[in-house]
Amino acid sequence: MNHSNHSYNQDKPPNQFVQSIGKKRLHVSNVLAEIIIRLIGFLSILIILSIFVFVFREAFPIFSQKSKGTTQTSELLQSETYGEEPSKDTIQVSPKTSLETSGHEGTADLKNLLGKEWQPVSEHPKYGLLPLVAGSFKVTLIALLIAGPIGVLSALYTSAFSPKWAKELLKPTIEILAGFPSVVIGFFALVVLATFMQETFGFHYRLNAFVGGIALSLAVIPIIYTITEDSLTAVPYSLWEASFALGASKWQTVLFVVLPAALPGVLASLILGFGRAFGETMIVLMATGNAALLSFNPLEPVRTMSATIGAEMAEVVFGETHYTVLFLIGSILFLFTFTLNAIVEFYIRQKLMRKFLGKA
Amino acid sequence: MILNKKWIGYGIVWFGAISAFAIVLVVAAIMLRITIGGWNVLSWEFFTTAPKVGMTEGGIFPAIVGTFLLVLIMSIAGVPIGTITAIYLAEYANPQSLISKFVRFSVNTLSGVPAIVFGLFGLGFFIQFVGSGMDHYLYDGKVLRWGQPNILWASLTMALLTLPVVIVSVEEAIKTVPREYREASMALGATKWQTIYKIVIPNSIGGVLTGGILAVSRGAGEVAPILFTGAAYFLPHLPKSLSDQFMELGYHIYIMTTQSPDVEATKGLQFATTLVLLLLTFALNFSAIFIRYRFRKRLKK
Repeated sequence: MNHSNHSYNQDKPPNQFVQSIGKKRLHVSNVLAEIIIRLIGFLSILIILSIFVFVFREAFPIFSQKSKGTTQTSELLQSETYGEEPSKDTIQVSPKTSLETSGHEGTADLKNLLGKEWQPVSEHPKYGLLPLVAGSFKVTLIALLIAGPIGVLSALYTSAFSPKWAKELLKPTIEILAGFPSVVIGFFALVVLATFMQETFGFHYRLNAFVGGIALSLAVIPIIYTITEDSLTAVPYSLWEASFALGASKWQTVLFVVLPAALPGVLASLILGFGRAFGETMIVLMATGNAALLSFNPLEPVRTMSATIGAEMAEVVFGETHYTVLFLIGSILFLFTFTLNAIVEFYIRQKLMRKFLGKA
Repeated sequence: MILNKKWIGYGIVWFGAISAFAIVLVVAAIMLRITIGGWNVLSWEFFTTAPKVGMTEGGIFPAIVGTFLLVLIMSIAGVPIGTITAIYLAEYANPQSLISKFVRFSVNTLSGVPAIVFGLFGLGFFIQFVGSGMDHYLYDGKVLRWGQPNILWASLTMALLTLPVVIVSVEEAIKTVPREYREASMALGATKWQTIYKIVIPNSIGGVLTGGILAVSRGAGEVAPILFTGAAYFLPHLPKSLSDQFMELGYHIYIMTTQSPDVEATKGLQFATTLVLLLLTFALNFSAIFIRYRFRKRLKK
């Protein structure tokens, strides 16, 4: 690329140079650079596509697998379970047991996958995804129920009501919080928050969905706050003025004019926050107790999809059923967050923004 | 009528204020608690020795080196690609064209993909596909060298994860370069590439730097992508080649808190390691903010 930089107009006589003014000349370096930049620019598309291809590729054997019958469903061998007796304190990851027993090749037909039990490491492995999916939704909902109101209300507060110093205090704090590595939040929840909550409220299980949800909300608040705040400040000032001119007070203007105008942004922030919480791994892996129970009680331990992948992937044998099922879970996670992103991108950002703000 | 209920107004303001200050309090409490827990353990020995006696004693030296190598390889791979993608988006892409919309959508999607899915991708693509393929062609499949978790695959996985961070930061910086600069350069007869190379990039180098630092900060803090693409529980030696496994700060915290045989005995070390990781990300984030601020000011003059 470099050597072609000075290859043009060197051997041209001056009059030809003058003639060529006004015509588009071909600069090799310019064209080359453009081609290379465009190609690398398209790389992101390729990356997304290859994530699709390679995560699904590893999950694919499940669908081509032949069903070996359902004889093992009647036998209930529950010697090594993940969810039967959740101990109060420790995370139930047992690398040794899984290494010893991972030789058993279980089937993962549809009936098994839709089962209510997740016991991948046992004599007759059960790959019921239901408790994991329910667990992910449970923790995510708890996190969102905490982070949603806090994020939106504090964004409302700093963008409309607060004194300037409060805004200048909160904004860097949010940035700091956004910069917290998730393993740090997980560590805090596991070591400090869980003990504190148990001592204060006397929870039966030290690590449970509620503690995990609180920790997770810390990771989601920055997203909700930032996007909500951005969309609130993007509301044109003329709307404020029009409302004031009609005699509305400040909070009436905020609640009935500004917030509805910024609603697509608020919605987008909640959806993106949901996606972030749903896929977050380290926090839930450390703070939720990781027992695959199918229950609605927020004070019981819970095992999410992402935590299952994180805890078990390092221990499985490449290519066996358990491995494939973990990739299937990953594919579901990816599809789900991809859909959420696409909704925000195409529906909210483009259609609703135009409708409410009068421009794209 | 609901419009006239004054308490609603008071409610919004008060709940807003309470949640805002709750956030500040919680963040302060976390930082304080971790600092108190870990400060006394920090020592020269802690930074320069390897974990000893089943991780209950010693330091975190291999984890620091591992983290450093991880972000170094990650930056070498990710920053150039991110920068060029940003140049494409800011200078070449026609915002109306379908393909550039696609690129932008991909970048946004990439930043929303869960970290653990990147880990799966690293396993499925880099290790199982590229690595095994390399083993097959280089050693006829007899040696297992690249087809297993190692620092190269972990770094490349992390580079993909941090790509959007770089892209967003660089694109923002490119957009703050005044149009007059470009016009002046074009008027002197420079081609588009010459203008970008000589005018746009030097003037947005702050954005490249900021993006790189933010990516490093993000990469140093993420653990999920490296859980099964290269991080090791414990390694007595430092990684010597790209096909070695490595220890990492965040992963070390995770291991010490959940997998170590005696969790209570390592408590001080856990806090100290978390403190180091936290301080590291702070230092990186603040330097990024500082550089961004400096370069914005320079362009405004």
